[in-house]
Amino acid sequence: MPAVSKGDGMRGLAVFISDIRNCKSKEAEIKRINKELANIRSKFKGDKALDGYSKKKYVCKLLFIFLLGHDIDFGHMEAVNLLSSNKYTEKQIGYLFISVLVNSNSELIRLINNAIKNDLSSRNPTFMCLALHCIANVGSREMAEAFASEIPRILVAGDTMDSVKQSAALCLLRLYKTSPDLVLMGEWTSRVVHLLNDQHMGVVTAAISLITCLSQKNPDEFKTCVSLAVSRLSRIVSSASTDLQDYTYYFVPAPWLSCKLLRLLQCYPPPEDGAVKGRLVECLETILNKAQEPPKSKKVQHSNAKNAILFEAISLIIHYDSEPNLLVRACNQLGQFLQHRETNLRYLALESMCTLASSEFSHEAVKTHIETVINALKTERDVSVRQRAADLLYAMCDRSNAKQIVAEMLSYLETADYSIREEMVLKVAILAEKYAVDYSWYVDTILNLIRIAGDYVSEEVWYRVIQIVINRDDVQGYAAKTVFEALQAPACHENMVKVGGYILGEFGNLIAGDPRSSPLVQFNLLHSKFHLCSVPTRALLLSAYIKFINLFPETKATIQEVLRCDSQIRNSDVELQQRAVEYLKLSSIASTDVLATVLEEMPPFPERESSILAKLKKKKGPGAVSVTELEDSKREGGELNGGGDRGPDTASTPSPSADLLGIRSAAPVGAAPASAGSLLVDVFSEAGTTTTLPSSSLFWLLFVCKNNGVLFENQLLQIGIKSEYRQNLGRMYLFYGNKTSVQFASFTTTPQLNVQTKPVEPLVEGGAQIQQVLNIECLTDFSDAPLLNIKFRYGGALQNLTLKLPVTINKFFQPTEMTSSDFFQRWKQLSQPQQEAQKIFKANHSMDTEVLKAKLLGLGTALLDNVDPNPENYVCAGVIQTKGQQVGCLLRLEPNAQAQMYRLTLRCSKDSVSRRLCELLAEQF
Amino acid sequence: MIGGLFIYNHKGEVLISRVYRDDIGRNAVDAFRVNVIHARQQVRSPVTNIARTSFFHVKRSNIWLAAVTKQNVNATMVFEFLYKMCDVMSAYFGKISEENVKNNFVLIYELLDEILDFGYPQNSETGALKTFITQQGIKSQTKEEQSQITSQVTGQIGWRREGIKYRRNELFLDVLESVNLLMSPQGQVLSAHVSGRVVMKSYLSGMPECKFGMNDKIVIDKQGKGGSSEDGGKSGKQSIAIDDCTFHQCVRLSKFDSERSISFIPPDGDYELMRYRTTKDIILPFRVIPLVREVGRTKLEVKVVIKSNFKSSLLAQKIEVRIPTPLNTSGVQLICMKGKAKYKASENAIVWKIKRMAGMKESQISAEIELLPTNDKKKWARPPISMNFEVPFAPSGLKVRYLKVFEPKLNYSDHDVIKWVRYIGRSGIYETRC
Repeated sequence: MPAVSKGDGMRGLAVFISDIRNCKSKEAEIKRINKELANIRSKFKGDKALDGYSKKKYVCKLLFIFLLGHDIDFGHMEAVNLLSSNKYTEKQIGYLFISVLVNSNSELIRLINNAIKNDLSSRNPTFMCLALHCIANVGSREMAEAFASEIPRILVAGDTMDSVKQSAALCLLRLYKTSPDLVLMGEWTSRVVHLLNDQHMGVVTAAISLITCLSQKNPDEFKTCVSLAVSRLSRIVSSASTDLQDYTYYFVPAPWLSCKLLRLLQCYPPPEDGAVKGRLVECLETILNKAQEPPKSKKVQHSNAKNAILFEAISLIIHYDSEPNLLVRACNQLGQFLQHRETNLRYLALESMCTLASSEFSHEAVKTHIETVINALKTERDVSVRQRAADLLYAMCDRSNAKQIVAEMLSYLETADYSIREEMVLKVAILAEKYAVDYSWYVDTILNLIRIAGDYVSEEVWYRVIQIVINRDDVQGYAAKTVFEALQAPACHENMVKVGGYILGEFGNLIAGDPRSSPLVQFNLLHSKFHLCSVPTRALLLSAYIKFINLFPETKATIQEVLRCDSQIRNSDVELQQRAVEYLKLSSIASTDVLATVLEEMPPFPERESSILAKLKKKKGPGAVSVTELEDSKREGGELNGGGDRGPDTASTPSPSADLLGIRSAAPVGAAPASAGSLLVDVFSEAGTTTTLPSSSLFWLLFVCKNNGVLFENQLLQIGIKSEYRQNLGRMYLFYGNKTSVQFASFTTTPQLNVQTKPVEPLVEGGAQIQQVLNIECLTDFSDAPLLNIKFRYGGALQNLTLKLPVTINKFFQPTEMTSSDFFQRWKQLSQPQQEAQKIFKANHSMDTEVLKAKLLGLGTALLDNVDPNPENYVCAGVIQTKGQQVGCLLRLEPNAQAQMYRLTLRCSKDSVSRRLCELLAEQF
Repeated sequence: MIGGLFIYNHKGEVLISRVYRDDIGRNAVDAFRVNVIHARQQVRSPVTNIARTSFFHVKRSNIWLAAVTKQNVNATMVFEFLYKMCDVMSAYFGKISEENVKNNFVLIYELLDEILDFGYPQNSETGALKTFITQQGIKSQTKEEQSQITSQVTGQIGWRREGIKYRRNELFLDVLESVNLLMSPQGQVLSAHVSGRVVMKSYLSGMPECKFGMNDKIVIDKQGKGGSSEDGGKSGKQSIAIDDCTFHQCVRLSKFDSERSISFIPPDGDYELMRYRTTKDIILPFRVIPLVREVGRTKLEVKVVIKSNFKSSLLAQKIEVRIPTPLNTSGVQLICMKGKAKYKASENAIVWKIKRMAGMKESQISAEIELLPTNDKKKWARPPISMNFEVPFAPSGLKVRYLKVFEPKLNYSDHDVIKWVRYIGRSGIYETRC
């Protein structure tokens, strides 16, 4: 409540409020309010006119009741009446009520706007201020519509009082924030900038908030403010504490204004004008100098104000990032704060230093404080400060101090707060990877990490270790040895078991020579952890076991025994059961050669962005991590995961070993091409990928009936194809597109086919595409598609791809038109049993006539109408041209719509051709 | 099982805090205060779940009683216990108020120790409790008396001690009923039920065996079938169907289940023998006929007629009709033929009081309500007109047929006992929509 003079005090209101305060219970309070409301209603009934005082009193009571949380649905009219009063207190209460209770009620808004307009055009500064405050407090769109053009006029008018200008600037700011489209820039903008030169500091402070906000949208229009701001700033900075009288706060001249000026300057690049820049640098130096001076007062307000300016200045210096001298000075200043008594200061210093660390000029200077920061990490009592310290350590880390910092962070991790552990783990993992000179150190670090904070180690982290170990031959032995030792600890984290299982499964042979880690010992060690693990880990361990069978045939009996036991082969979990059954069968049926092929060592992973970085970035949001080299990398974790899940899908075909090798071609049709190209962690599902990637076989089938399209696609590479055939000759254009932003080095392709090729360029730039032309000649009929081998280096790792080229026998078809009688005559001629191939199969796609026709035409044959007596059936004829001979082919396709089945009959002059064509076509419909 | 019991005053300050189990921590006290007593919105539900802890509360005037538990208890048991607790407390020190709770806190803790054991409710019979939890200092009991208390409290008939003697064997029986009604403006009964209690006060010597009979339809029908033809027709009409009933622990339930006869050894003093509920053939003592007319936006005319619907020889008392008024009422003019009527702004209602009214009469009130035009066009929800009254009969139609007392050891017979029977019908939620 405003302070009112004694004669003006509203006794009724005071009594009412004290009554409410004295109420014993909520019910009593509601009763009292109801009574008061009834009283006010009877007063407002309109029988007799109320004087201004009682109106004000009742409106005040209503306001109080509203603020207590009760609905008020009357009295608005009386409040609006108060607006036109000439008494300040009455007007004030009116405005107060309006700004608290107004809703977009159409009729009242017009009245209110009218009253506000009257006040704005009055010459009384207090009334103008009241009106402006009301506009700003309501700040609705309607208000903006009504007054957005009016207020700038008041703001820049020459005869407006200072206090009104202040209010007008802030009011305009508020309107601009709520509805920026309604506040139109105009000729007033340039005059607003000149308010920075105003005599009155209050006006400057208010105006600068407005300018900062406006200049963020239209920086160009307000460019002139930079020099004005700099001169204003230098005047303030150089003034003595007594110069600014009212605006000196605990011996600091105009701290708020200084901070705002510095913040405004942060919206613009460093000034180009040398004089202005010199002046600004001078200012900043003065501010830094002042920080060194002994404080003029012991009061906390004094140091707060001083430090506020200092920190704002430092962020300006960081923003400019062009003055090495200032940056280093700022860094030193912050270094002093690192040991300050005040926790808040230490926090701010750590935070600012974090940004300083990313600047090239001050990075070295920041590094000198490493000891202090490590100390802060260990001894700070406030977790948020420790968090900042950890951030700073991360930011200041480079090759020279990585080992120290990682070691410190690891040792801190043991005692770290739970809230920041996960982030710490990610940071350690990234630093270890980023600055690893020696990969055995990396492996040690990560294993340590899992040991110390296993629960917080996310999937990505341990995927990454495995990727790196697999890609680096030199650490594999060491890794195997280390995980073996780590697994010997009585209590092992599950993540450790995962890493251990995987690595021993792959590289257990590297340490098998030592009798202490003989195959059986390794297996027993792993199996001792088996029962303590969750289902996914168990699945992974089972895969490791089957790999063991391949690596060490002597363990076969033991492992088969384990697989055969009821807890595996009859496990209630489908995944585990299936793995147990399949692995058992695989190990007992397949020959050693097959085993060795299926369970071959994992091929190296394509070199990619570390997914951990992405995770950290996601966790903290941009800005918190000062890694500029980050680019948007895809979430690989999901894909890696997907691999583990997808394994059993593809392996779930009922037939045993024969199909296990061809897993890829049995990949479910529903699998999306993009995900099918995923990189797989899981040992088993990776087994078949040495020959052909799953996507290609899927894509490949599509090419039987068409000539152009995308043959292969994964995260790195996309291969497109365009081909044309004439008689026994063909020409194929292969387009290799690099999907990453990094170049592929030593890119080579070798088609395993008698084709003429021009060698491709060895380098494929990021995002670029190169073309290769293959000239193909068909010498004789064939059944296997030629293979294309692609090799390249992405990052450090060698990538190896083998694809089937979509060259099939039907590409060399020449369509032959013939009549019905001709057709049946030839059909009879080709009546030998070998010449005919027939297949009845289920439809994979919808039996749409148009689609079928298009496919049959795409096949290259002529589609013959009115030949078959049954119009449902399709009949085609064509001649396959090879260099040596021509093979005539007749085709008949009989769809059965009810059963969703087809019968396909082919008769060719050469029996191998008819069989091959039959196989090919059966997969098409 | 109940983990703890807290009593708060209206401000949420803890007056009594008794924790029975380890799973209830100190913070439970605050959790209830913050989430229920000081809740922004009034908490309607008597059961609140906060952080896997259940709070069951009842409110008596300004006092909150909250039972707390982490287990899945029978909620009705907990509420029954809380009501019992209220009864016990008011039997010991009268009205439950902050003042009284503060003055008797030692006694309350003593009671809580006695009637809850590790969260399991124990004997909460006031009469029995009063024998060993006393308010005044009494002269120390002898050994025998103490051992007698133990054997009595733990014995088969825990609610009555032996050796009670009265010069005059007297018995008071009250049938207290409350009628609940919701009626449409057209006079259609939307829902109605009677919940009744049979409350007794007995001053009988020795260990008497009592038998209580009423016009329960099942009993009467059975007897009718048995062949007693002389009153079969008459009582068949007057019998009532009891929907459900519960008994005081002294009643032998096995006998009730098999023969539907209510026999018991009564406690000494006040007790509630049974509770019941009926929904069929209820005599509605009053009929309210509302007439509301809106005249323009600023005026409302209300006319309410009440008709009494019982024997003209009987007198209804304490009649009060409450007519809600719109929230934007700015003035009310009232005319009533009988009694007094007043507009109570604090309750947003017109309250019309009539001291006495005989049966088969009618009375009327008319009101003119002036309204203040408001901004929002929200329509008035027209809450129902409610009514309070007290009539000297049982609206359910329940009649006490007999109450026999047998005391084989002492030589007084059923005829020597003086019996008083009284019927009181009160209004529960008795509302008519308008």
